[in-house]
This record gives sequence, structure tokens and C-alpha cells, in this order.
Amino acid sequence: MSAHEPGQFERIVLPHLDAAYNLARWLAGNDHDAEDIAQEACARAFRFFDGYRGGDGRSWLLAIVRNTAYSWLKKNRPSAVITIHEDELAEIEDQSAAASAVHGADTGALRAALETLPLEFREALVLRELEGLSYKEIAEVAAVPVGTVMSRLARARRQLQDSFNRKGTV
Amino acid sequence: MNCADLRRLLHAHVDGELDAVNSLELERHLKTCAACAAGEKSIRSLSTALQQAPLRHSAPASLRNQIRQLAGESKAESRSPVVDFSMLWKWLAIGATAFAVLTLMLRPAGISDRDQLLNEAVAGHVRSLMAEHLMDVVSTDQHTVKPWFDGKLDFAPEVKDFAADGFSLVGGRLDYLGGRAVAALVYKHNKHFINVFVWPATGDQKTETADLRGYSIINTTAHNLHYCFVSDLNAKELGDLAALCAKYSGGVLN
Repeated sequence: MSAHEPGQFERIVLPHLDAAYNLARWLAGNDHDAEDIAQEACARAFRFFDGYRGGDGRSWLLAIVRNTAYSWLKKNRPSAVITIHEDELAEIEDQSAAASAVHGADTGALRAALETLPLEFREALVLRELEGLSYKEIAEVAAVPVGTVMSRLARARRQLQDSFNRKGTV
Repeated sequence: MNCADLRRLLHAHVDGELDAVNSLELERHLKTCAACAAGEKSIRSLSTALQQAPLRHSAPASLRNQIRQLAGESKAESRSPVVDFSMLWKWLAIGATAFAVLTLMLRPAGISDRDQLLNEAVAGHVRSLMAEHLMDVVSTDQHTVKPWFDGKLDFAPEVKDFAADGFSLVGGRLDYLGGRAVAALVYKHNKHFINVFVWPATGDQKTETADLRGYSIINTTAHNLHYCFVSDLNAKELGDLAALCAKYSGGVLN
């Protein structure tokens, strides 16, 4: 903590605690595991705080939460972490078939659909739609190029639309 | 741009991440293509639904306590006096005021036109690579690229391929710089892309090299045209291309 003022950790981290927990919660899928992951991430953030050189505190903290969550999932739920081959993402299919079936869907249906998305897609959508991060910020958090963020978001939305279409929610 | 190209940009458009030129073109297309317009509407309604539904989880109190505890331990370790929270706000307010005053005092009157142009040029270059939208006309043939600009700009840039000298022409597109539409020629040198922005010069400019956020920029004028070269190449190699262009290029003002 030598490089920083006392109390600075609190000032950097506290404003983004909801964002940090929200990401952990959506990656973990339940409150109990999310709390474990978030606590572990905060402890790590505290240990790594010397390495924090200013800049966007939110992206910094969210990247730690993400890494912690992925390590936790690999250890405890290896089946949840399936690497998506990015070359499969290269082509984004025709969207004309996907009508606006999502219109009128209730929160429960949205939550359920979001929960079934593959991890990388879910995290991209959560960071974009729920946390309002820019493509560049998401790229920083997920440690992937901006182009990958764009294709993940496209695929994630496409899958959500498909799942609504299948259920016939109109 | 055809439908397939535009579909890939729809998400960036809905997310407000697309540059102005592509956005305008996409907007125009959406007015005439019902299928793409339906796609856009569908993305937008999903996005709105996700943003408006109460899907966000708030951090439990235990997590907040943990942070305070960690921070508290560090305060004890560093043996600094415990900061009273009401005092903290006062200090923050004083700090913010001091910062604002200092900023006002130290900041130059405004960003100069030159800096603004350099910034826009680098942003244009980065964006062209990010959105994978380097080219509207893809061709290594100067006789294809040059006519493509006809009728799109109020001037006709000279387009030359310098493949023999290691700089191959790969295409061109329209871009927007310094408040006007400009021609962007794209060259490739080894694995590096170079954007050459061209527009009518307003005066003779001495050749000037700059370096911004790791990109080299060269500004120069030749034959009444302003050339702005941007790349992650080093300044020397970029200078080689600038010299080639200056030697062979000309242009006709319509």
C-alpha cells in the first residue's frame, strides 16, 4: 500500500462494488457462490492494489472479478467453462428471421434466457446492457480484442432472440 | 456496403459505437431495406428490455464491510490518523476546488486546430482497423480506386500503387476529418496498415512529423492537396511513403 494514500483503496473500490458483485453473481449463477467469488476478488484487488496505476478503477476491479470467477468456476464447475472458438463467431447470421419476439417478455423470462447463455456471451451482455460499459472497456475486462467483443455481443443477442422465438413469447 | 456488411455493424450502431460516416451510411440503408430495418429494431428492443428490466444485483452488506475492514487494516498498518468521514468530504471538496482552479489556470485556451486534427486522424486510423472497416473499395488497382472517388468528393485524389517500393495499395474509403469529407487511401507495408487522408490544402504546409499515442503521423502538402499519413509504422518508413506520394501524386480540384 506504500504507493497509495491511506483510504484510497476504499475510495477506488467502493463505488464499483455493485458492478463487481453483479458480474460475479451473473457468472456464478447464485448468491452464495457469487459472494465467495466477490470476496475473494476484493481480497485479491487489495493485494494487487500496489499495481494499480490510476486509470479506470471500474475496469480494473471488474477484470479481477472476472479472473477470480473463471478460476473458481474452472475448479468447482469445470463444465461451465467451455471455451468458444472465436472462428465460429466470424459470421453473424441473418437476423431478419428474428422478429421482435422479446417485446413484452417479463423479467423472469429475460433472466432465465440470460442465465442459459454461454459464459463469455453472458458476461459481454451483462457488462454492456446492465453495467453500460463501452466495447473498449469490455475488451479490457475480458482481455480480448474489441472485434471479439462485437461478435460476442452479436452472438449473445442472437441466441437470446432465438430462445424467445422458440418459446413463442410475443 | 451490402446487407451482409451492414448487418455486422448493426450491433455497433445500436450500441453507439459506430463512427459517424458508417452510421450515416447505415441509416440511409435502413430507410430502404426492410429486412435490415427489422434486424435493427429487433436488436434495439432486446437491448432496451435488458436495460430496463431489474436484472442487476446489488452487493450485499457483507461485501461492503469486508472492504471497510481491509481498508481499515491498511490504515492501522500505515499508522495514519483515522479519517473522520465528515472531514473526508470537506477535504474532497477543497481538493476538487483546488483542482478546478489549477486546471483553469494551467489549461491552454483551447485545443489547437493542429492537435485536434492529429487526434482525429489517429482516431480515424484506429477506428478503421477496429470496425474492420478499412475499405469501401477493395482493390490493388489504382484504376479502380481512383474512379470510385468520383462524384463522392469535391476533388479527385491521385491514386498510385507503390507495391514495387514495398507499399501496396489495398483500397480506399471516405472518411471525415477536420470538419470535411476526405479521401482515405489504405496502403499496406509488411503487416502494417497505413491510412492516407487526402483533402484540398488551404495553404502550403511544411512537412511535419508527429507521434501520438504510439502512432506516427506525417502532414504535408503537394500539388494543392493536404496529405495526412497515419500508421503504427515508425516515422522513417512512413516518411518513405510520404516521399513517394509527394513525388508522384497530384490532384485535380473540381
